[in-house]
Amino acid sequence: MYNFDYVKASSVADATAALGGDAQAISGGQTLIPTLKARLGQPSSLVDLSGVAEMSGITAGDGSVTIGGAVTHHAVSESGDVPASVAALAAGIGDPAVRHRGTIGGSVANNDPSACYPSACLGLGATIHTSGGDVAADDYFQGMFDTALGEGQIVTGVTFPTPAKANYQKFVQPASRFALVGVFVSQMADGYVRVAVTGASESGVFRWSDAETALAGNFSADVVPAAPSADGMIADLHGSAAYRAHLISVMTKRAVAAC
Amino acid sequence: MPTVSMTVNGKSVSGEVEGRTLLVQFLRDHLSLTGTHVGCDTGQCGACVVNVNGDSMKSCNMLAASADGAEVKTIEGMANDDGSLGVIQQAFQDNHGLQCGFCTPGMVMTADDLLARNPNPSEVEIREYLEGNLCRCTGYHNIVKSIQAASAAMTAGE
Repeated sequence: MYNFDYVKASSVADATAALGGDAQAISGGQTLIPTLKARLGQPSSLVDLSGVAEMSGITAGDGSVTIGGAVTHHAVSESGDVPASVAALAAGIGDPAVRHRGTIGGSVANNDPSACYPSACLGLGATIHTSGGDVAADDYFQGMFDTALGEGQIVTGVTFPTPAKANYQKFVQPASRFALVGVFVSQMADGYVRVAVTGASESGVFRWSDAETALAGNFSADVVPAAPSADGMIADLHGSAAYRAHLISVMTKRAVAAC
Repeated sequence: MPTVSMTVNGKSVSGEVEGRTLLVQFLRDHLSLTGTHVGCDTGQCGACVVNVNGDSMKSCNMLAASADGAEVKTIEGMANDDGSLGVIQQAFQDNHGLQCGFCTPGMVMTADDLLARNPNPSEVEIREYLEGNLCRCTGYHNIVKSIQAASAAMTAGE
């Protein structure tokens, strides 16, 4: 790892003042530290967000819950305030030691195309709180490792609306524990359905609109369409594009059946 | 260079580190606590697991500066006060829970974390909790037996 200056931020204002240029934010660091060890980045300074008090809590609201950006996967998995589907998703990330350190803000800011959290954000229609303002999940995720975050901006929290039904099904890539394909399905009290897919597309997390349309009329695993087109799906040694496309349909059915 | 201070195995320590110094490097190279091992150095294998403020964490995947002010427990803190093996360590010896021993510090620290949260884990719960700890010798069976034995011994000792 190339050396860098270490800056411990104690507030969001503190953090954003220290960011910009070649400075980079670090939250739990469970992705960033291995990346820096591989010398895939050379920040001039790392601004540590893990001690920012205003980003550390889980706040239950009226019909929603807000999770601070610095809240760990473990804390989300143990919380009685977050939707059960989100707690279960958090409990399935990495391994216990990683969950004790990794954070929701870091995951959402990084937008790894195989990460779990982006599918929960998109699959529930979450609001992403950033230091530059609030962004709807539909507008926030803009492709592989690409988000609406501007330079020097950080994710300060995520607000999830409470669904009537929701479930996340993950086909685990056994070496990394990332999703080979993960599907988050939800239905709100007004009947609105979302199906968000991670791990599959070269464009990162996306909504599978054909399945949403079918499920809006009849929320049943029987109506989930067959595999979508394999065009634009990720192909690697763990699975071909066609295999991933097939898994999208399978995991969607499982998620609907488990709701 | 930042100065970090923390409590390691009950003792207050401090030292000057670089921004990039990992917690495991601070423990091993600055404090000479070489019981914590670096296996893969990519956050996969769990040989470097230590306890930070009550939670197991991979010390190769954490900056020393981020642990400033923390309460850290390492494998060196697992023995009894008289220097004899602690309950979990003794259970690993009794049940052949190690062969080459390289992964053992991480296994013991993860077991300690598990038993603090769940004093009577099932075999499935033990195996799930060891998801981030790799062992290439034992096939895990005797590690699981060791943790079951430690659980029984701790429960009997209460």
